[in-house]
Amino acid sequence: MSRLYVARNPRVAARSLDGEMMIMSGRDSTLFTLNKTATIIWQNADGATPLDEIVERRICVEFDVERNAALEDAESLARELAGHEILQISEEPIPQRKPNVGESR
Amino acid sequence: MPVRVNTSDAAFLAMLQDRYAGFVGSSERAEMEFDIDLTPPRVCDPEADVHVSHYQGRWLLERGDFRAEWSPDTRSGWIRQSANPYSIDAVLRIVHTLVLARQGGFLAHSASAIRNGKAFLFAGVSGAGKTTISRLAPPDATLLTDEISYVRKQDAGYVAFGTPFTGELAKLGENVSAPIAALYLLAQGPENRIDPISSAEAARSLLANVLFFAEDEELVQSAFHAAFDFVSRVPVSRLTFVPDSRVWELIR
Repeated sequence: MSRLYVARNPRVAARSLDGEMMIMSGRDSTLFTLNKTATIIWQNADGATPLDEIVERRICVEFDVERNAALEDAESLARELAGHEILQISEEPIPQRKPNVGESR
Repeated sequence: MPVRVNTSDAAFLAMLQDRYAGFVGSSERAEMEFDIDLTPPRVCDPEADVHVSHYQGRWLLERGDFRAEWSPDTRSGWIRQSANPYSIDAVLRIVHTLVLARQGGFLAHSASAIRNGKAFLFAGVSGAGKTTISRLAPPDATLLTDEISYVRKQDAGYVAFGTPFTGELAKLGENVSAPIAALYLLAQGPENRIDPISSAEAARSLLANVLFFAEDEELVQSAFHAAFDFVSRVPVSRLTFVPDSRVWELIR
């Protein structure tokens, strides 16, 4: 089974406040508030770390959940976020550009 | 932000002078300029969406009742519309959102007023009570707007300016400004009270009330980060009120 790589879409605006990750689409200014799982995926979506590693090292540890079920949920979530153009997903590592001044992670 | 409007139509000019009374001044101080190209009246869809796009350094603004262009570099543009006050009003609102975004400011769906030298913003969607709280303002409060607040970043804080952009009250704001002391998110309820809210809710609520017209990543980024900066510097609370003037006892 192929691995899935995830990367933050540099074309969105993102800020974390009071533990809530808020993201605004640069395309249509829709505002999203990520839940805890989506926030972990977003924060670790560097384009180089496969999603299964993010699940194993971060999500399973954080939430004490079974790996395969967590990975299935994470893939579904990543695809949903990609549908909103918040994340980029690929079966290959995704090269990242350096963030602009003022961008937050 | 002074705007010079060039038109050869005396009746249209008189209509603008009447509509923007209190905000009319010397054209020598203009920071932006528009040439008006008046067209014959035609039937338009009043619900038509605004389209704002960026092309070769210029902004193109379009709705059923107008077309306009704005160049940030020359700070000038043109508006093609019939002789009505609503089209130019919409263009000016949109252009101000574009200009303010680059300066760390924004327009927001909120009423605002000055009391004791401090500005207070009252934000909410249509029906939340912006017009009601404006109507209830006591004599010592100066109304800046009952609909669209004009917010600029200045030094370490934010300043609210009066605008001629009116809502249901159809009353122009005063052409004055003051540092913003608080932003209240309006809710109507059985008693007057102010409740704290989290910074995250404050940012989320403010962003829901900031005016966005352009589908432009840079502008969205600017307005997004301006909203977060605003809530880090200005207290934001929820103001629940019954529709009578006693609510203003809480606003000082």
